Amino acid sequence: MTVQVEINEALGREYEAGFISDIESETFEPGLDESVIERISKMKNEPEWMLEWRLGAFREWLKMEEPDWALVDYPKIDFQAIAYYSAPKSMKDKPKSLDEVDPELIRTYEKLGIPLIEQQMLAGIAVDAVFDSVSVVTTFREKLYEAGVIFCPISEAIVEYPELVKKYLGSVVGRKDNYYSALNCAVFTDGSFVYIPKGVRCPMELSTYFRINEQNTGQFERTLIIADEGSHVSYLEGCTAPQRDENQLHAAVVELIAMDNAEIKYSTVQNWYPGDENGKGGIYNFVTKRGICHTSAKISWTQVETGSAVTWKYPSCILKGDNSVGEFYSVALTRGRQQADTGTKMIHIGKNTKSTIITKGISAGRSNNSYRGLVKMMASADGARNFTECDSLLIGDKCGAHTFPYIESRNPSAIVEHEATTSKVSDEQLFLCRQRGLDPEKAVSMIVNGFCKEVFKELPMEFAVEASKLLEISLEGSVG
Amino acid sequence: MSNTKSLLTIKDLYAGIEEKQIIKGFNLDIKPGEVHAIMGPNGAGKSTMGYVLSGRDGYEVESGSVTFNGQNLLEMEIEERANAGLFLAFQYPVEIPGVSNLEFLKASVDAVRAANGEEAISSSELLKQAKAACKQVDLPLAFLKRGVNEGFSGGEKKRNELMQMLLLKPKLCILDETDSGLDIDALQLVAKGVNSQRSEDRSFIIVTHYQRLLDYIKPDFVHVLADGKIVKSGDASLALELESQGYAWLENGNVEAKIEG
Repeated sequence: MTVQVEINEALGREYEAGFISDIESETFEPGLDESVIERISKMKNEPEWMLEWRLGAFREWLKMEEPDWALVDYPKIDFQAIAYYSAPKSMKDKPKSLDEVDPELIRTYEKLGIPLIEQQMLAGIAVDAVFDSVSVVTTFREKLYEAGVIFCPISEAIVEYPELVKKYLGSVVGRKDNYYSALNCAVFTDGSFVYIPKGVRCPMELSTYFRINEQNTGQFERTLIIADEGSHVSYLEGCTAPQRDENQLHAAVVELIAMDNAEIKYSTVQNWYPGDENGKGGIYNFVTKRGICHTSAKISWTQVETGSAVTWKYPSCILKGDNSVGEFYSVALTRGRQQADTGTKMIHIGKNTKSTIITKGISAGRSNNSYRGLVKMMASADGARNFTECDSLLIGDKCGAHTFPYIESRNPSAIVEHEATTSKVSDEQLFLCRQRGLDPEKAVSMIVNGFCKEVFKELPMEFAVEASKLLEISLEGSVG
Repeated sequence: MSNTKSLLTIKDLYAGIEEKQIIKGFNLDIKPGEVHAIMGPNGAGKSTMGYVLSGRDGYEVESGSVTFNGQNLLEMEIEERANAGLFLAFQYPVEIPGVSNLEFLKASVDAVRAANGEEAISSSELLKQAKAACKQVDLPLAFLKRGVNEGFSGGEKKRNELMQMLLLKPKLCILDETDSGLDIDALQLVAKGVNSQRSEDRSFIIVTHYQRLLDYIKPDFVHVLADGKIVKSGDASLALELESQGYAWLENGNVEAKIEG
């Protein structure tokens, strides 16, 4: 028996978040036109300006073409076959407190390891739980409010804090930015809104947990985080979905605004259902994430991507202010027939801006894993610096790793460094681990974890452990 | 001693890699506490022996039997053999970047303990033992935090192997040309570590090309391996004879007739 076969057998585990919750939902009929957008807007009790904004985006979207430059291959999406809104019926009366929330919803999150009852939660982490198209509950809101921090579903922010939303929504990712972001602007349903006032260091980790449950629905989440001058926030998002044979679309937009001297740390642990080993089912994860840094501000993206059938995602930083800093740390693991095309864009505008990109791509099975990144030094970016390191690890001989670095420099004083490596989990490494008593599963996950260490250490501590466990589980059937 | 139960018994072993027969009728019996040196010219099958015993993929056994501590070794997986107390010190230890030595030691020790129905070792106890082992093999404590063999010199890698051995406390240690590439100081240090581990319930197979390691680790038995089988056995004095006369002295028609290097 070869090592590869043994690993396959040892790792014969299921996608653990693949269960379906039995919750009665109110779901729109599939289809998309202006009346659907009007209905979404009405369900959310949105003001007129918001509806107009959505319709404007929809009209732009109709004129746009689906992008095809990424190294991913999937059948054309029928946007009329998707339902654009789905919410648990019990959410219609807007439960005032956790006691009024359907226990089945709370159980769903518990099963996913996200207790929503504050006493049971990890101390110091506030959670916004988004289920299909609505936010189910947001914990620790009062405590955060005392510190002046606003953490609530974006649908609520539109009604409660219209000035902030109006000013910043679409300010970093414009409505015409790209095909999926335009679609998101038209039909987004929920997501999180965060505002950290001047000089405040957010007293807790904030997190949003996205769950897709209903069949044939798309999830279009929208997150907006504003860190005012000198403030500091660390935010984490997690995502899972049931195991289904059909593909489902997730097209999110995340915008970050870091004002002067502010710092935002944004971490993602993405574990959408990846489809089965033959590539049937799974989430299409087409996401636009971008932040803007004003003077001396810092935005740090850390992502651990293990799920989704197709990933198309480039969390980016616009380093507008002088001395601002952008960071991107990424672990992307693909296996089975998964395809990931992910990376970042660092746009250096201000003087002495700095960016760091560290990515670890792990490919197994028959998957394809691509890093695509742009480092752009504008003429104004005197003394700007970038350092990029892209490492790929291959498990088995039927997978692919690709690197597409784009560098544009218009300023001779800017310095751009790029390093890339490709390696394999070698038979020698596996043999050493097994000769020391480790089974093949443990051996592979240890080697892969070691490969990812540089990125994991950027995650908040609680999540570093979770990410490392997730990686272990995700290596299921990874070789052969 | 003769009534003691054997730890390892190899009978009429024929084995090789990719259909190429390398081990051709190998016999060996090792009792607990014994130190056996296996010497021989390049290509005699010395390293192959270690790989076959530890079960490395690609090494196929054609016929013969190997009994280890009462069990049929050849039916066991690599990690089962390790957990049963078989330890191979590598000639060229591989690097595992990003996995700290300490993490690796804990995973290994815990695997062995789990196989024996014991609980995982506490981190503080492991650290205590690891620190002591570091001291014994003269590696700075900082090595515990570094990636397994990552950027280590040849000598440091060998000492790191020894450190793993000290923590895992195996029943049988196979040292595969541990002396290769070591200067005399490092060699003495490794020998000291091995000697400190000699005990009634731990046996050693020391695979070496040269006699010099045996100046420091005195074997109970010396075997000369040529063309896949033992052509001569004796006590420690055999190694000295070999040293002075070369392998050609064995005058076996199939034996490659000189020491290289």
